[in-house]
Amino acid sequence: MSTSLIFGNLTWGAIPWSNTLVMTVLAVVAVIGFSILAAITYFKKWGYLWREWLTTVDHKKLGVMYIILALVMLLRGFSDAFMMRTQLAVATGGASGYLPPEHFDQIFSAHGVIMIIFMAMPFMIGLMNLILPLQIGARDVAYPFMNNLSFWLTFAGVFLVMISLGVGEFAKTGWVAYPPLSGKEYSPGVGVDYYLWALLISGIGTTMTGINFVMTILKMRTKSMKLMQMPIFVWTCLWSNVLIMAAFPILTAVLAMLALDRYLDFHFFTTTLGGNPMMYINLFWAWGHPEVYILILPAFGIFSEVVSTFTGKRLFGYTSMVVATGAIAVLSFLVWLHHFFTMGSTANVNAFFGIMTMIIAVPTGVKLINWLLTMFRGRIRFEEPMLWTIGFMVTFTIGGMTGVLLAVPGADYVLHNSLFLIAHFHNTLIGGALFGFFAGYTYWFPKAMGLRLDPTWGKRAFWLWITGFYVAFMPLYVLGFMGMTRRMNHTNNPEWTPWLIAACIGMFIIFAGIISQIIQLVVTYRHRKSEKLLDKTGDPWDGRTLEWGISSPPPIYNFAHFPKVSDRDAYAMMKKEGLNASKIEHYQDIELPKNTSAGFLIAGFFAVFGFAMVWHIWWLAIVCLIAAFVVFLVRCCQTDVEFKVGAEEVARTERAHEQTLIDAGVIRSNS
Amino acid sequence: MSQTNSSASSDFDKDMSEEKVFGTEPNHGGHDHPQSIEFGFWLYLMTDCLLFASFFATYAVLFMNTAGAPGGAELFDPKLVMAETGLLLTSTMTFGFAMVEARRCARTQAGTGKVLLWLGVTFLLGAGFVALEVHEFSGLIADGYGPDRSAFLSSFFALVGLHGLHVTAGLIWILFMIFEVKIKGTGGRTLTRLGRLGLFWHFLDLVWVSVFTFVYLFGVAQ
Repeated sequence: MSTSLIFGNLTWGAIPWSNTLVMTVLAVVAVIGFSILAAITYFKKWGYLWREWLTTVDHKKLGVMYIILALVMLLRGFSDAFMMRTQLAVATGGASGYLPPEHFDQIFSAHGVIMIIFMAMPFMIGLMNLILPLQIGARDVAYPFMNNLSFWLTFAGVFLVMISLGVGEFAKTGWVAYPPLSGKEYSPGVGVDYYLWALLISGIGTTMTGINFVMTILKMRTKSMKLMQMPIFVWTCLWSNVLIMAAFPILTAVLAMLALDRYLDFHFFTTTLGGNPMMYINLFWAWGHPEVYILILPAFGIFSEVVSTFTGKRLFGYTSMVVATGAIAVLSFLVWLHHFFTMGSTANVNAFFGIMTMIIAVPTGVKLINWLLTMFRGRIRFEEPMLWTIGFMVTFTIGGMTGVLLAVPGADYVLHNSLFLIAHFHNTLIGGALFGFFAGYTYWFPKAMGLRLDPTWGKRAFWLWITGFYVAFMPLYVLGFMGMTRRMNHTNNPEWTPWLIAACIGMFIIFAGIISQIIQLVVTYRHRKSEKLLDKTGDPWDGRTLEWGISSPPPIYNFAHFPKVSDRDAYAMMKKEGLNASKIEHYQDIELPKNTSAGFLIAGFFAVFGFAMVWHIWWLAIVCLIAAFVVFLVRCCQTDVEFKVGAEEVARTERAHEQTLIDAGVIRSNS
Repeated sequence: MSQTNSSASSDFDKDMSEEKVFGTEPNHGGHDHPQSIEFGFWLYLMTDCLLFASFFATYAVLFMNTAGAPGGAELFDPKLVMAETGLLLTSTMTFGFAMVEARRCARTQAGTGKVLLWLGVTFLLGAGFVALEVHEFSGLIADGYGPDRSAFLSSFFALVGLHGLHVTAGLIWILFMIFEVKIKGTGGRTLTRLGRLGLFWHFLDLVWVSVFTFVYLFGVAQ
C-alpha cells in the first residue's frame, strides 16, 4: 500500500528483464548515452552546452537542435522499420520469426508515431526555424522564449516515447490508437498512456509553434516586404502553421477525451453506456489529414526554392503557387472521411469525400507544372538538393496517383488497410515530405554551419535512398492487390514471400543510404577546413532570397539593418543591380532576447509529469504541475529579458564580412 | 528591436537607401510592440476556440446517448444556471470597469485603488461562478449521475468542466494581476497584460453564452 502511494503502479517488473532483444538495445543505448555524457564531462562542455544551446532563444540554434533531434529520431524510427521488414521477410510459410506479436505491435505503433510526430515534424519545424526569419529579414521570431519552450515540449514527448522502451511498454494499437482497442478494457497496460501523454505534451508545443510562426510571418517581416513578395517557402510555412493552429487543438481535444475515458471512466469512445468509438476516428482524422499537409506544404516550399535557385530562374507561376497552397490548406479539412470510407456512411457522403479528395490533385498538379516550367529551358545544376527535388517530382507523382485511386470509395473498400495503403502514404511522405526535408537540409546546411555538405557522399545517399525506396515500397503495392493487410506479424502465403523479401532488400538499400548520410557528416567534418566545402561568402549556391545576403553562419542579430525589398527574389535583384560596399558609417546597438532556462525547466517538469501520470504516481504529477507553474510565474516576473549587442561589435562583424566579400570579388570596394 | 532605435536612426537611414551591400530600412516592429503581442494572443484564442469547438461537436454527437440515465431536461436546474450566467456576465462588465480605470491611471498617474477594487470584484464574481459550478457537479455526482454514468454525462462534464477550468485559470491570472498592479502600478507591460486578460475573460464569456444556449437551454427545452 505504502509503496503504491509513492511509486503508483511502477514496479521493478515494468522493466522487461527477460526480453533479450529489448535489453540488448537498452544496453547499447545506455553505453552510447553514457559515453556521450562522459565525453561532455571530460571536455568540460557542460557549461558551454547549457549557455549556448540548451537555454538558447536564438531561432537559428533552435532550428539546428530540432534538426538534430529529427535525425536521431529518424535512426530510431528506421530501426523499427528494419525490425519489421526483416521479421516479415523471415516469418513466412508458417515460421513465426524473431519478434513475438506483442512486441511487433509496439514496434509498428512506435514507428508511426516517431516518424510523423517526432521525426518529420521536428525536421520541418527545424528548417522553418533556421531559415524563415532570415528569409523575411527579421532578427528573430515573434516569441523567442515560447520558441524555446516549444522545442523542449517536443523533446519531453520524445523523452516519454524513448523511456517507454525500457520502462513498461509502448502502445500496441497502431499509431492512430483507435478505441475501443485503445480503451482501458482492451489495452490495460501503460502503452497507450505513454502514447497519450507524449502526444498531448508535444502537441501543445507544436500549437505554440504554429501561433509563433503565423505571428512572425505576419508581423515581423522587414517593413518593405509585401505579402506577395515573400519567398514561396515562407508562404507554404504560413499555410502550414495556420493548419497547425487549426488542427492541433482537435488532436489535443480528442486525446484528452481518450485520457478521460482511460483515467476517469468517462464514456466518450467506449462500447458501453452510449460511447461512440467512431467519434474518436472522425476527430482524429480531422487533425490527421491536415497534419500530412502540415508536413508536405513546407516541403513544397523547399522544392520551389531549390528549383528556382538551381535553374537560375524566377519561379514560374508564383501567384498560382500561393493560391494552390492555400487551396490545398483549405481542402485538407474537407477530406478526413476518406480514411474510413468503410465506416458505412451513405454512398452520397462517401462520394462527397471521394470527390473532394480527388480535387486536391488539381492544385498539387498546378505546383508540379510550375516546377517543370521553371526548369524548362533553364540551366539546371544537378547539385544534391536538385537531385532530391527531381526524385521527389517523379516519386510523389506516383504516390499522388495511387492516392487518387484510393479516393474512389469503391476501390477503397477493396484496398482499405491493405499494404497498398501503406505503400501509398510512404510514397507521399518519403517521396514528398522527407525528400523535401533532405533537400532543405543539404540546401541550407551551409547557411547554418558555414560549410557545405560533402557532395559525393550526398549524391550516393540520394541514389541509394531513391533506389531503396522503389525496391522497398513498390512490392507493397503488389502485396496490397494480392490481399495482404497491414500490421501482420507473420504470413503463410507462398505467393507473398518473394515480394516481402524484395521489400526487405529495399529496406537494406535505404539503410545503406542512411549510412552514406552519416559518412557524409563525418567526411564533411574532417574536411571542414577545405576550400571546396567552406562557404565564406554566405552565398554558396548563387541564391535568390534574403538569407543568402548575410554571412554563413549568420551573426546572432541576423541583420544589422533591416533589408529593403522591392521585388520577389530580393537578393537576386540586389545582385543584378550590383552590390557595392557599404557606406554605412554608423551602426546601432541591437537589442536581443536573453537566454533563459525557463523553457527547459517547464518542459522538464512536464516530461516528469507525463511519466508520473503514466504510472499513476499522483503526488509527483501534482508536484510537477505546480513546479512548472512556479517557473512560469517567475519567468513572467522577469523584466530584464533583453541584452544589447553594442554598435561597435555590430560594425566590426559587418565590416569583417564585407572585407571577405570584397576579397572574394563578390562586391565592389568603395575606394 | 525597440522603438527608440528607429527615431534615433532615421536621419542616416534616409541617405543609406541607395548604395550599399544590402538595402536597408529603419528599424521597426519587434517584441515589445503591444499591438503585435495582442495579435498573437488573438491567435491563441482562435486555437482555444477550436478546442472548445471539438468538445461542442462531441457533445452534439453524444448528447442523445443517455444510456437509460436521465437527460438534460431532468438533470439541469435552470435557476442555478441562470445565477451562474448572471455572475459571469456581470464579471465581464466589472472587468471592463477595471480596464477603464487602468487606462485612466496609466494616462493620469492616478492611484490604482479603483483598478484593484474592480479586479477584486471581478475575482469574487468569477469565484462565485466556479463555486456554483462545483456545487452543480458535486450534486450530480452525489445523485449517481457522474461522467461515468453515460456518454451524454461524459460529454457534458467535459465541455462544461473545460470551461470551468479556463475560468479557474482566469481567476489565478486575475489574482496575479492584482499583485502586479499593486506592486508595479499600471505601467506599459502591466497594462498590455491586463488587456490580454480582458480578451481571455470576455472570450470565456462568449463560450459560456454558447454553453448556456446549446447545452442548458436546448437541454431543458427537450
